[in-house]
Parts: sequence; structure tokens; C-alpha cells
Amino acid sequence: MPADGERVARWTHYGLLRFHDRSTSAPPGVLPEPPELRARTSTPISGERMSSTTNGTDAPRRILVVVPAHNEEECIVQTLKEIQAAVPEANVVVVDDGSQDGTADLARNVGVDVLALSFNLGVGGAMRAAYKYAQASGFDAVVQVDADGQHDPYEIPTLLATLGQGPERDSSRADVVIGARFAGKGDYDVRGPRRWTMRTLAALLSRMARTELTDTTSGFRASNQHAIALYARHYPAEYLGDTIEAIVIALRSGFRVSQVPVSMRPRQGGRPSHRPFSAGMYMFRAVFALGLARVRRWPDYAGLDREHHQGVEP
Amino acid sequence: MSDRLSAAVVSVLVLVFIIELLRRRQLKEKYAILWLFVGIALLVLLLLPGLLTNLSAALGFELPVNFLFMVTLMLLLGVSMHLSWELSRAEEETRSLAEDVAILRLQVEQELIRRRPPSSEKVNRTSEG
Repeated sequence: MPADGERVARWTHYGLLRFHDRSTSAPPGVLPEPPELRARTSTPISGERMSSTTNGTDAPRRILVVVPAHNEEECIVQTLKEIQAAVPEANVVVVDDGSQDGTADLARNVGVDVLALSFNLGVGGAMRAAYKYAQASGFDAVVQVDADGQHDPYEIPTLLATLGQGPERDSSRADVVIGARFAGKGDYDVRGPRRWTMRTLAALLSRMARTELTDTTSGFRASNQHAIALYARHYPAEYLGDTIEAIVIALRSGFRVSQVPVSMRPRQGGRPSHRPFSAGMYMFRAVFALGLARVRRWPDYAGLDREHHQGVEP
Repeated sequence: MSDRLSAAVVSVLVLVFIIELLRRRQLKEKYAILWLFVGIALLVLLLLPGLLTNLSAALGFELPVNFLFMVTLMLLLGVSMHLSWELSRAEEETRSLAEDVAILRLQVEQELIRRRPPSSEKVNRTSEG
């Protein structure tokens, strides 16, 4: 039996492993980070790491780059190596979404942490797991990057430059920053009714966000710690929910969402995870996702967090 | 007339109930869509009496209400089958999770034992001795 004062492991209701001293009675939700777990993560974050990913006046941020992957063994290694080269000060984690191939092992061999899900949950499910992990580990920012190489890792600092400490009231920064494909940079080949749906969606969401959003289905996005806390609990798992609904959830919870133009590259290998939908089906699902997100009840996270966040003026 | 109206009112109430559950995130979209479809189909048939009688006559039913029962039964059958399928999937996933948790628990216990400092039994013995 472990003695009093010795560190014991407990399972929280999430199934997250937390260590705490039995002698101390820490308030719930405020548990000390165990030194053992820290040593296991890929790179420790220290105060000396000043880089382009800080936002000037603030302390350096702990950044987590999340790469959700399902059977992406063809391109995962290249993607991870590019990320490590582009943002060496960031932690990287691959969310292995029930892959049957060597995706997870390839990622571990490159020195990247892997969150191995027990079965396939989809991008939304994988991302919520990642956000929970980011919240539990205390990261300040999460950047989602696709495993297929379509997102250019060298654009990550571009996203992070607009990401504020939040909750954001200043219009130059946002709590969630989307890397937009058709905002002038690059060319993305979408035609016909599908393109019309995307443009209508973008117009509607731009009105809600009170800023221009042209690419609402892009998965290349950065979130600050407040958005992480929100997404750790509420992240939709349905098709198009993980992109469109996620934006609406953030907006309705009081956060700022904005975009920056980035250039995309074609898929570097493997096959896309989404089944190709007809334009009509796509439109229906988009409308349904948007409509649902608008009428659902979302807690006011920005408001809640403002009360609990020490040192931040409401 | 009044029986159709009351049935329509019940349909509307059911629809409102489903939508409210959706709003509170207590119902997943894939289930809600089926129920919404059932509710709307029923409402359409009830509010357009001509549609019901014509359709049932064209399909060879003696009474329109038979057609209504048939439609309702088929929809309920569909929902039940879908639930059975989803439940089977969920059970398989739960099994997977139980297995993973058991393996993780054992690995954690083994690691904790490995890391535990030399036991305090030595300290106790010296204080007693």
C-alpha cells in the first residue's frame, strides 16, 4: 500500500491518469503535474524557448500541433518531419484514429507522441480527444494539421500570429484562427453546386462572426486555451460538424473566430477519408449542420472563463 | 375531421419534443433525422386527407387507415432495425474499450511497482528493533 505523501495514480472520470499527493488536499481540477509524465512527452517546454510563435509581449506559449490520422502511413512521416522542421519548439501529437496500418508506429519512430484511439471515431472524435489531452496537459494553443500534407506547416506561425491569449475583444486577434484556402492565396479546385454551397455557408458564417470567413470547411486552424477548454467538451463528430459546427459553437459561446489566407498543397499520398458525396447530399448536410448549430444551446464559455481566469479584465 | 386534427397535434408535439432534445444535445443527429422524417411524413399524410385516400386507393388498400398503419409499422420497423444495428456497434466498441483499459491498468501497475522506492518495511523494522 502506498504511504501517505507518496504519489498515487487515480483515474478521473475522463479516464485521464492523474497523479496527486495523498497528503495534500488539492481542490478538484487543480492537480500538480507529475514529473514522470512530463519526462515522457516529446520535448519539455521551458521559458528560454523564445520564437516566432510567441506574440511579442506575452510569455512563450506552449503549442501543440495535432495531426489526426486514419490509415495515413504513406504520407505521415513526411508530414511530421515537415512540422518538426517548421515549428521545432512545438509539441506534436498524432491522433491515431483506429488505423489498421502502420501509421502509429511510423509516428512513434519519428519521435512524435501518439494518442491511439481504440476504434475509429472520425476527425471530430479524434480532435476532441486531442483537445482533452491538450487541456489536461496545459497547452496554450492547439494547431490542427492534416496528415496528408495539404496543410503547409510553414504557415503555422502565420496562424499563431493572429491567435490571441483571449477571450478576445480586440478585433486584430482571435480565439480561433482558420487557415483559409480561397482568400486570394493558392488555388483550390471546387466547382458547381458544391462551390455554391460553400460560398453561401461562408457568407452566413461571416455574418455571424462579424468578420470575413471564406473557407469554413478548412481543418487547418489554431485555438487558444479558452477555445481548447470549450472544444475539449463540445466537438461535433458528424461530417461537416467538425468544421462548420465547430465554428458556430465557438461563436455562440462568445469567442472570436477569424481567418488568415494560406496556400494549400495537393494531397501528398493516400486516400481521402471522406466518402465523396453528391452535391445535393453535401448541401443538405451543410444546411442541417449549420441550422442545428445555430439553435442548439451552448454554454457561454467566454463569459465563464472570464470570471475564473485570473488577471484578465472582463 | 377532429380525430385527424388531434392526431396532427400529437405529431407536432412529438416533432417539437424531438427538436428540443436535439437542441439540448441529448439526441444524436442520426436518430433525430429518422424520427423527424417519421413525424413529418405522418403530418403530411394527416393534413392532406386527399393524399391519404388517393394513395391508399391507388395501392389497393380497402381503408385509408390501413395504409396509415402500414406506413407507421414500416417506419417503426426501420427505426428498430437501425437501433439494433447501432447497439451492436456500440457493444463492440465498449468491448474494445474494456480490453484496452484492462491492458493499460496492468501496464500502469507494473510501471508503478517498478518505480516504487525501496519499501518502507525496512524503516518499520529498524524502528521496532
